[in-house]
Amino acid sequence: MSDRPFLEVKNLVKHFPISSKGVFFKKQVGVIHAVDGVSFSVDKGTTLGLVGESGCGKTSTARAILYLDPPTEGEIYLDGEDIKAIFKSKKKSEVLRLRRKMQYVFQNPYASLDPRMTVADIIIEPFTIHKNVPKSEWHNKLYELLELVGLEDYHAERYPHEFSGGQRQRICIARALAVDPQLLIADEPVASLDVSIRAQILNLLKDLQDKLEMTYLYISHDLSTVRHICDRVAVMYMGKFVEVAETDELFDSPLHPYTQALMSAIPVPDPELTKGRRIVLPGETSSPINPPPGCRFEPRCIYAKEHNCVEKSPKLVDVGNGHLVACEKAQ
Amino acid sequence: MDWKLMVSKKILKIENLKTYFDTFAGLVKAVDGISIEVREGETLGLVGESGSGKSVTALSILGIVPRPGKILGGKIIYKGENLLDKTEKDLQKIRGKEIGYVFQDPSTSLNPVFSIADQLTEVIMRHQNISKKEALEKAIELLKLVEIPDPEIKIWTYPHQLSGGMKQRVAVARALSCQPSLLLADEPTTNLDVTIQAQILNLMKNLKDKFGMSMILITHDMGIVAGVADRISVLYAGRVCETADTKTIFHHHLHPYTNALLKAVPSLALRKEKLAVIPGTIPNLIEPPSGCRFHPRCEYAQAICSEEIPPLEEVEPEHYVACHRAKELTLEVPFRSEKL
Repeated sequence: MSDRPFLEVKNLVKHFPISSKGVFFKKQVGVIHAVDGVSFSVDKGTTLGLVGESGCGKTSTARAILYLDPPTEGEIYLDGEDIKAIFKSKKKSEVLRLRRKMQYVFQNPYASLDPRMTVADIIIEPFTIHKNVPKSEWHNKLYELLELVGLEDYHAERYPHEFSGGQRQRICIARALAVDPQLLIADEPVASLDVSIRAQILNLLKDLQDKLEMTYLYISHDLSTVRHICDRVAVMYMGKFVEVAETDELFDSPLHPYTQALMSAIPVPDPELTKGRRIVLPGETSSPINPPPGCRFEPRCIYAKEHNCVEKSPKLVDVGNGHLVACEKAQ
Repeated sequence: MDWKLMVSKKILKIENLKTYFDTFAGLVKAVDGISIEVREGETLGLVGESGSGKSVTALSILGIVPRPGKILGGKIIYKGENLLDKTEKDLQKIRGKEIGYVFQDPSTSLNPVFSIADQLTEVIMRHQNISKKEALEKAIELLKLVEIPDPEIKIWTYPHQLSGGMKQRVAVARALSCQPSLLLADEPTTNLDVTIQAQILNLMKNLKDKFGMSMILITHDMGIVAGVADRISVLYAGRVCETADTKTIFHHHLHPYTNALLKAVPSLALRKEKLAVIPGTIPNLIEPPSGCRFHPRCEYAQAICSEEIPPLEEVEPEHYVACHRAKELTLEVPFRSEKL
């Protein structure tokens, strides 16, 4: 293997057109800037966390990488292969081969499992599509997967409604692992689970990574879970990265005012720490249809007036140790 | 111990409340003997995982438990009167006027086909004998109070035109419209982003102090109660495990469940390799475990724990614990105040 990163994304752009409701003609009246020029790379066996508030483009980025929503612009390389070229060639075998390399765990385990299929059906379905396991081996592999995610053999004949949220998320993970993927994109995998169950699933993801040497893209709005599972973290705001750094570096010395506010806003389970440390951001996220021309965080930023942020759009700049920041003040 | 807490009056006292749901699958004991109290001017945090009976307790206070739920026992004493003895007509005078309620999801608790003006004036005119015009002025005042920009314009909008944070502000305004003495907030920030969550929590705290209200804050997030609550009751499977002031709950708690819950929270201050896990799942409330309901998941469980229900006892002044082994156990406290 070369020293190329396992997943490389260059200048990814995803715009969703908005159409007016005409009777005969649909006219495009605007565009939602979901992701606007995002570049990053993930090394093999590591975890990159994508953090941001709802609507900042985390999920759109992930879906563009998997080609579930084809990106508007940009290049994506997985293990050195150009994903866009392969999906555009429309060769079914090649597309399936790529899909086997990368799998997705969705946010809500109550919605992402078919209620009319048993667990065995759900986990075996990828085999029928990808034909990566001979039919005689299906059941062995099924039980192997169930064991891997901490479920019992007798669970195979049950339906999703018979399981708790945590167990359902385990089923989703088993289904994703059925094709032996190398990249797992986990989109808020613990957001809809209770705290005690959350810890179980996070530990499971960590164990699986150690065992199977998988690469993770972990999407979350919850910085405290991100700290536990990620090696590197990228903070997104309105479709752009504002700060990227190693996890410890980012948490110890956040440089971007948005990251600082985001961190201070997390409720810390310690009554003495919480008092007086919260930076409350004024206002709300601007509209992604007409994003601010300069720095997108400018309307909510307390330092904006000093640095002429209305006009200049800051670029991601390395300030040392691979710590990237897009902010006039921090640089 | 804060001396103010000791002398202040109780505004609400719930004794041994039992709310059951008679379903086809069996009798669900959602709330099974909960006793809590709220003092004047304080915020009580009700903490627990889903299915621990937090919301049903709040709904029971207002007498709006949905069918097939029924309150089968206990007392809810509000300002010296038992709310369970009151008629529906009397309760209607209390709901919204004396006790305000902020629901979890602002996009479903506001009516989509009425403007904000309609929804606010409805509550105001119902409880106060004033004209529509005066009510409208009051509603605009309220929107100013919850820091909504351009209240004169925003009052004519419909819920779908507002963002989640703005909708929750309207819901808070509606709950405060008659200046209640007690505010019930049921996971008021669960559906909001962290930065908006911080705004709403700050707002509620300021308004509570301004009006001298008491508040019950229901949440599953230990981080939120740490910052907002004065005292905390930890619930598990329809019963109270532990009640004490916030510092005690975090630093000197005595119940193994409180301990396990705090350990399972990913902390920003410490990066551990592995999170502590509470084994198993929340019990089925149709046939809850015998004795202490936490015993199947408790690492300190002994024979007595599965046989006898532990009573909620005052082990130290103002510190109530329901655990047979509370006095003998030494629990490792997961959080120390290390600076970030």
